[in-house]
Amino acid sequence: MTVHSELSVPGIRCAGCIAKIERELAPMPGVRRARVNFTTRRVLVDHDEDLTPEALRKAIEAIGFEAQPLARAGEIERRESRDLLRAVAVAGFASMNIMLLSVSVWSGAGGVTRELFHWLSALIAMPTIAYSGRPFFKSAWSALRRRTNMDVPISIGVILATALSLFETITGGPHAYFDGAVMLLFFLLVGRWLDSVMRDRARSGAEALLRETAPGGMVILPDGAARWLAADAIEPGMRLLVAAGERLAADGVVEEGSSSLDRSLITGESRPEPVAKGGKVLAGTLNLDAPITVRVTAAGEGTTIADIARMMEAAGQGRSRYVRIADRAARLYAPAVHTLAASSFAGWMIAGAGWHESLLIAVAVLIITCPCALGLAVPAAQVVAAGALMRRGILVKDGSALERLSEADVVRFDKTGTLTLGRPVPEDAGRLEGEEAEVALALARASRHPIARALAQALEERGVRAAAVEDLKEVPGIGVAGRWRGQAALLGRPSWIGVEAAQSMLVTAFALGNNPPRVLSFADPVRPDAEAAVAEIRALGLDAAILSGDRPEAVRTVANALGMFATARLTPEDKLAEIERLHRQGHRVLMVGDGLNDGPALAAGHVSIAPASASDVGQTAADLVFLGDSLLPVPAAIRAARRTQNIVRQNFALAVGYNLFAVPLAICGLVTPLIAALAMSGSSLVVVANALRLRRCAR
Amino acid sequence: MNGLLFLIPIALLLGFAGLAAFLWALQSGQFEDPDGSALRILIDDTGPADE
Repeated sequence: MTVHSELSVPGIRCAGCIAKIERELAPMPGVRRARVNFTTRRVLVDHDEDLTPEALRKAIEAIGFEAQPLARAGEIERRESRDLLRAVAVAGFASMNIMLLSVSVWSGAGGVTRELFHWLSALIAMPTIAYSGRPFFKSAWSALRRRTNMDVPISIGVILATALSLFETITGGPHAYFDGAVMLLFFLLVGRWLDSVMRDRARSGAEALLRETAPGGMVILPDGAARWLAADAIEPGMRLLVAAGERLAADGVVEEGSSSLDRSLITGESRPEPVAKGGKVLAGTLNLDAPITVRVTAAGEGTTIADIARMMEAAGQGRSRYVRIADRAARLYAPAVHTLAASSFAGWMIAGAGWHESLLIAVAVLIITCPCALGLAVPAAQVVAAGALMRRGILVKDGSALERLSEADVVRFDKTGTLTLGRPVPEDAGRLEGEEAEVALALARASRHPIARALAQALEERGVRAAAVEDLKEVPGIGVAGRWRGQAALLGRPSWIGVEAAQSMLVTAFALGNNPPRVLSFADPVRPDAEAAVAEIRALGLDAAILSGDRPEAVRTVANALGMFATARLTPEDKLAEIERLHRQGHRVLMVGDGLNDGPALAAGHVSIAPASASDVGQTAADLVFLGDSLLPVPAAIRAARRTQNIVRQNFALAVGYNLFAVPLAICGLVTPLIAALAMSGSSLVVVANALRLRRCAR
Repeated sequence: MNGLLFLIPIALLLGFAGLAAFLWALQSGQFEDPDGSALRILIDDTGPADE
């Protein structure tokens, strides 16, 4: 039995990565077929049933890429785009062929030839409209029961035009509008498809599953035995044994032992925080140093992390009420179209033109006013802008994000991980040279401690190759020891190695043989270009400030460096409250943040941006995600969004302008199928050409 | 008029063949990964392992 699995591998960047993953996965036992999808940064694997996605993840990690197995949720949405594309293809084929026949009729074919051509057109048009028109008919039908949308006049126009043309064909009349009806469907479907493709692209790029905080923990039973329980089986009052390097599965109070915790998931704070007996600990934090025993005070739905998830859900509801510009236009436009068509029918009836001619004119009015160009005006501009932003490393989740971003007038930044890099970086790794650096890298790689990882990364970036160190042994929470060419090598706490170091800093020490021990200090540096980015944002007229959950001292240094007002020690609730206060004052807030603690604020902001290094929660809640260390993509995205909005407005003006010119002709009964076709394709082309000017908008 | 009897079916058939080819390509997943297809020509299958 072959099973299909998908894994998200964001690290795929080049042809070499594709080749490497495919070549190394293919010979793996149980793998039938492995293929990389570069566009969505995914690996698609057909494999035997007994090979778990977890094993595949490990295999890809062994090749050198971080991977995340995906649920099958994305499948349905991608099918939607594919269905739309199929409808576009059918409508395109039909409109071209019908146009071919229509051109002959327009250039004067008469009699039997004209009748034959009309019949042929009908033969092509009817199945096409039945097939390609479904998305509009479906949406119009459901809209009829609530309030009218743009699909109602489109559906009525297309169906009336087809029925009338069929009548003309049967009675041998001179005008058939099959070409107009099918072409209308074609252009509108292109707009729909562009919109859908954009949503897919962003979804697959930022689709991140909430990594479970901790699937469970070791519980000490009353009789003294320890048993592993799943997170949802843990109850308040139980005693939890948390090993070093393990995430806590519930909130609680420390009963025994002391350690330090990495709370970055909750507070965004980068510095490990010491905890001792009686200290409160939260689910989702990582125990770094030594085993502790915790009495559970809240578990499952009662934990702080679950509270944050609920707040995010509630905060996100405001955004779903946002009405997109195209819908706002449709609300004004749709009634106008209906009124115009109905009154021209009534007018010609009163003037004594007979029902046949009056209906013909009413249909011409419907087709002319039907917003081919309006349907393309927004998606064409947004797709081009999103493509330009993507090339710059900014991922836009949907078109409305660009609309909302263009309206933002206030920016609030999180500090840790947003203005700063969010990871410790050694300040003086340069002091390690030659074989010392090589041995230090080997030791650092052996540990999962954040400091060790940071040191390993910094050394790897310098091109250092790890030495062959033997007898590697990690003392949890203390350090790593090993032997290299007979000399003892140590990397860990300064007190363990026997050197003095200031306690307030993030430090580690390294000693090789009899060489003097070296103390390395670490800091969380401000992102490169942060100053320039903040200045650019101010120049764009946005008010910028910091909302941080970190200590006031840590916030002050960053705030001073960037010249921004800052508020420190905020809980996720405080951040959310501040965003809502600004909204009540009539501001539109752009929230830039990364951590779980920013989740509610990101969801509540009018629009939000997260760095790609953000927690999964941050990426899911944000509208835009930017890659890389620089902060400059934030002002670039704002500029691009404003330019896009300008182009969208111009497109509306162009589309409406065309109508102002063509509608009077239609009402006067002067519009032939030829003029309708010219007006429609002409205005659509102009709108698309105008949108293409956005190709360089992200520069 | 006689010419039309041949030409119209031929024109329609050619158009239809194009449509069918496109739908087939869509169905077989050839539009799933446009960026990847552009990169795959750089992968040297027969050469020595490239990193």
